[in-house]
Amino acid sequence: MLSVLTFLPLLVCVLLLALPGSLPDRWCTWTWVATAAVDLALVAVLWAGFEPGGGMQAEQRMRWIPGAGVGYHVGVDGLSLPLLALTCLLFLAAAGYSLRGTRATRAYVCLFLFLQTVCLGVFVALDLILFFVFFDLSIVGMYFVIAGWGHGERARAAALKFFLYTFTGSLALLLGFIGLYLAAEPHTFDLVDLARARPLAGRGGYAALVLLALGVGLAVKTPTVPFHTWLPPAHTEAPAAGSAVLAGVLLKMGTYGFLRIAMPLLPGSWRRYALAIAVVGAVSVVYGALVALAQTDFKRMIAYTSVNHMGYIVLAVGAAGTLAGTDVQARSLAVTGAVVQMVSHGLITGALFLLTGVLYRRGRTYAMDAWSGLAAHTPRFAAVTAVAAFAAVGIPGFSGFVAEFQILTGSLASQAVATAVALLGLLLTAALFLRALRTMFLGTPRLPGSVPVGGPGDLDAREAVPTVTLLAVALVIGVAPRFLLDVVEPAGRTVAELVAR
Amino acid sequence: MSALLWLLIALPLGAGAVLGVAGRAAGRAAPAVAVAVAAAVLGLAVAVAVGRPAARAPLFAGMPARMAVDGLSAVLVVTVAAVTLCVLVFAAGECGAGENRGRFFGLMLLFAGAMLVTVTARTLPLLLMAWEAMGATSWALIGHWWRGPRRVRAADTAFLTTRAADLGLYLAAGAALAGGVGSLELDALPRAASPWLEVTVAGVVAAALGKSAQLPFSFWLSRAMEGPSPVSALLHSATMVAAGAYLLLRAHPLLAAVGWAGPLVAWLGAGTALALGLVAVAQRDLKQLLAASTAAQVGFMVLAAGSGGTAAGTAQLVAHAATKSGLFLAAGVWLNTLGTRQLPELTGAARARPLVGAAFAVGALTLAGLPPLSLWAAKDTVLAAARTESTGLYVLGLAAAAVAAVYSVKAIRYVTGAPPQPGPPPGRGPGTGARRGGGGRDGAPEGGGLGVLVPLWVLTGAAAVAGVLALPGPAAWLRGLTGDAAGRPPSVPEWAVSTGVVCAAAGWAWWRAPRPGRARPAPARWAADWLGLERAAHLLLVRPVFGLARALAAFDDRVVDGAVRQTGRCGLAVARLARRLDDGGIDAAVRALAAGARRLGHWARRPQTGLLHQYYAQAAVGFAVLVLIALWVR
Repeated sequence: MLSVLTFLPLLVCVLLLALPGSLPDRWCTWTWVATAAVDLALVAVLWAGFEPGGGMQAEQRMRWIPGAGVGYHVGVDGLSLPLLALTCLLFLAAAGYSLRGTRATRAYVCLFLFLQTVCLGVFVALDLILFFVFFDLSIVGMYFVIAGWGHGERARAAALKFFLYTFTGSLALLLGFIGLYLAAEPHTFDLVDLARARPLAGRGGYAALVLLALGVGLAVKTPTVPFHTWLPPAHTEAPAAGSAVLAGVLLKMGTYGFLRIAMPLLPGSWRRYALAIAVVGAVSVVYGALVALAQTDFKRMIAYTSVNHMGYIVLAVGAAGTLAGTDVQARSLAVTGAVVQMVSHGLITGALFLLTGVLYRRGRTYAMDAWSGLAAHTPRFAAVTAVAAFAAVGIPGFSGFVAEFQILTGSLASQAVATAVALLGLLLTAALFLRALRTMFLGTPRLPGSVPVGGPGDLDAREAVPTVTLLAVALVIGVAPRFLLDVVEPAGRTVAELVAR
Repeated sequence: MSALLWLLIALPLGAGAVLGVAGRAAGRAAPAVAVAVAAAVLGLAVAVAVGRPAARAPLFAGMPARMAVDGLSAVLVVTVAAVTLCVLVFAAGECGAGENRGRFFGLMLLFAGAMLVTVTARTLPLLLMAWEAMGATSWALIGHWWRGPRRVRAADTAFLTTRAADLGLYLAAGAALAGGVGSLELDALPRAASPWLEVTVAGVVAAALGKSAQLPFSFWLSRAMEGPSPVSALLHSATMVAAGAYLLLRAHPLLAAVGWAGPLVAWLGAGTALALGLVAVAQRDLKQLLAASTAAQVGFMVLAAGSGGTAAGTAQLVAHAATKSGLFLAAGVWLNTLGTRQLPELTGAARARPLVGAAFAVGALTLAGLPPLSLWAAKDTVLAAARTESTGLYVLGLAAAAVAAVYSVKAIRYVTGAPPQPGPPPGRGPGTGARRGGGGRDGAPEGGGLGVLVPLWVLTGAAAVAGVLALPGPAAWLRGLTGDAAGRPPSVPEWAVSTGVVCAAAGWAWWRAPRPGRARPAPARWAADWLGLERAAHLLLVRPVFGLARALAAFDDRVVDGAVRQTGRCGLAVARLARRLDDGGIDAAVRALAAGARRLGHWARRPQTGLLHQYYAQAAVGFAVLVLIALWVR
């Protein structure tokens, strides 16, 4: 089941490549939409059969490279299931958004299908090398998306920076994995076995070095301050669907790695360095928001808010590693909030990036001060963007609040100062999104010269359906979060307990 | 029974969301639907006030969302629903076809619905959700006419100021959990362990003060005046500002759990009542005067909450809600028909439209606290509660009451005064940018039709008679309702003193004719500018934050990303060095080796001439050398 879910897009990708060259572009895109829809349906089936609190489910284990202790081991639990659903939903949204057409459509579609398999693979992998392969391939896929379909020469530079930076990070990660492998007896890369054996318990310096390698590798991908500077150019130059996937799914691989690998495998070191992790998270929150506040480019601003939003997750996982003065309720609340924040950020920021693509199609610019009073010309676009902005601000009724409330409430007891500082992020994001809305959409109407005669058209169906769907799911989570929390909470509690042992 | 409670909040929120999404498409149906929903909500509110249901739903792990209606909630639910209905009926008559009526009425219902959740919530997460949703809808309502940059800025100011204070509730939630109150039940908050208890109290107090525009947050209320009049009428009476006062009344056991909270709240409330009262006196713009008076009147509620007078604060809240919403509606009629809200230009406005003018006059006399109108009675119970706390508070409250009489009478004097030129009623003044954005003027008949007059007079009537809540019998009932065991009715000397002070102040204000042309002294200008609070916030907070943001952005580009670029450049430099080493060192050595080998080969080829006699000669030489070596070795 899981393998079908994961490799279905890759299969379709191969079939598409094998078909003769005269295939119309529209067929390619519709094939993509259909594949993404089927994958989403498969996740829905998986979700329906999922037993909350039942630990790892739908496991599949096969020999792969037994000599090196590497196996093909996949499974799903409360941490990964929401992310699988998010991935399928975001790729479906990106597919729908891409129906408007692009250059070299078949290659574009194949690349995204490949990326979907890779992203799903990261979230189902239960073997470190399998995880690493998917983790690395995601970088390769995204490199080609940015370089091939981005905004010209600068896109290639940004893609190269993205590739080299995150690839360096993944090498650090590999180093950490090898460190774990060597410490385990018998040598293995299997996550479940490693978590059971805890090979580094009581080995202070060695464990700290392994945690450092893992931490740096995952922090680059997340990204946290100060490893975040690949993110703004990559986002700004990528095509809208690429940005949505990059922000919505690829960033989650970093924070997912913290929850799946670093915390259960290195609980002792995690507890020892929890303060540092929480501080990095709080700094990312405030620093990301402040730098975003100073941006004049709409897409770049949203890119920096990703640093801010992902910072909350790092704060929460840091707080979950601090035992002093807390009970398990607070710590599992923080972990649950972190998982919800991953989903929430994927939905909301994915929608926001698709909306920046809408803006770019209208006027070939992201500069905020080039626009004014856009709501007069494009009321639907303005309304949807305003809703997305308020969702990103964390207004109750949307998923962002459910996530941030749990994170902040659960983290205050253990990391009081860092959490209090991170609270300011709520105010700063409100300020920067309100400023963007005011500058671009409200006030006296004024358009940039690059808008074609006849004015900018409002959202059409192919733009509205993907963005509104993402926001609608965020709304459902915000109003009735139990269907998600029922799945996440047991897993969050498990992680909190694993760290405490 | 709990279904009624769910319906009470689901109806306005659901209908509001539908209308808001429909937007212009809702058109003519929007006002009718909104009024119908508000009427149904009022019916439900009365039903839950009588039936007192409770409801709960799971929310977060160990933290359910719980709602319940107790005495305090019952009073507020009915007040909110009634004021909302009146304001929406008024707005239905006023909001013309040029407006996006679906959005406006939808947001009004959402706003009211959020307030209904706020006053029925029993757990902190649910309260916070409603609290913040109310702030967000207030942004959209204040910025309803979004083409005016000033209005949008005003909406931003209001939202950001209240959200800054709202952070207190997030802090309180975290602190309560840290203090061992895992359920985050409002009633359980006082049981949090110290020092988290103190943090919880501080957070709740900050959030409440921000929402109710108490010092030092008051300035956002001045900016909120940029919104449409029905928004002001709702925001200033039974929602938003009232939410802050409500939270403090609700949190009385929490305030009592730490020694400093009650007095702090009480003094801040009394201080706001006096300072913002003086600000109101200094205004020349009717809506600004009313806005400042709102902050001042809410100050009395906060004073009551800090002094433990829950019943007194509730009475003040209800009386003020009716009074202020009526006043804003009357001001809205004038703004709509005369196009101005400047007091000198409104001179005689009440005479031109006697029914509206009379309603305004009754409302303003109530606001002045003159007997036997409602705020007179309510304020005396507040002052009685303050006096049990401290004499200083009582004196401050008395002074604030006197100031309230002055600003109210000032407003009455203007609008009922003789117009400057005899003859026609005041013309359309030059305006103050207060004109409506769209073509909404056609909806309101000159002087107000029934759709305007009925809600206006209903509210005014309620404002006049709500004082019965402070009479001995009903007051005891209200104390029982709100669980206010310690409250007491004001004594006869207290009645006499406060009534005397208020009447004297009102008389003095009436006797002292307004002299609009005269230059004002510096303190008056300072008060007219709302004590410079907004400028101070800009100077001390907004500008440094933006400066810091720009500095950090430059730091991010130059230093953080610069280090990355430099690393890349270093990598390239090392690569170039390696290339040079490779070309000039290793490869050169390999090449030299090859050249040497070639040269050796070249030499080795030399003897191979193919001439037999030369080979013989070479062999002879070689043999001779071998012989010599053999001899030498031996």
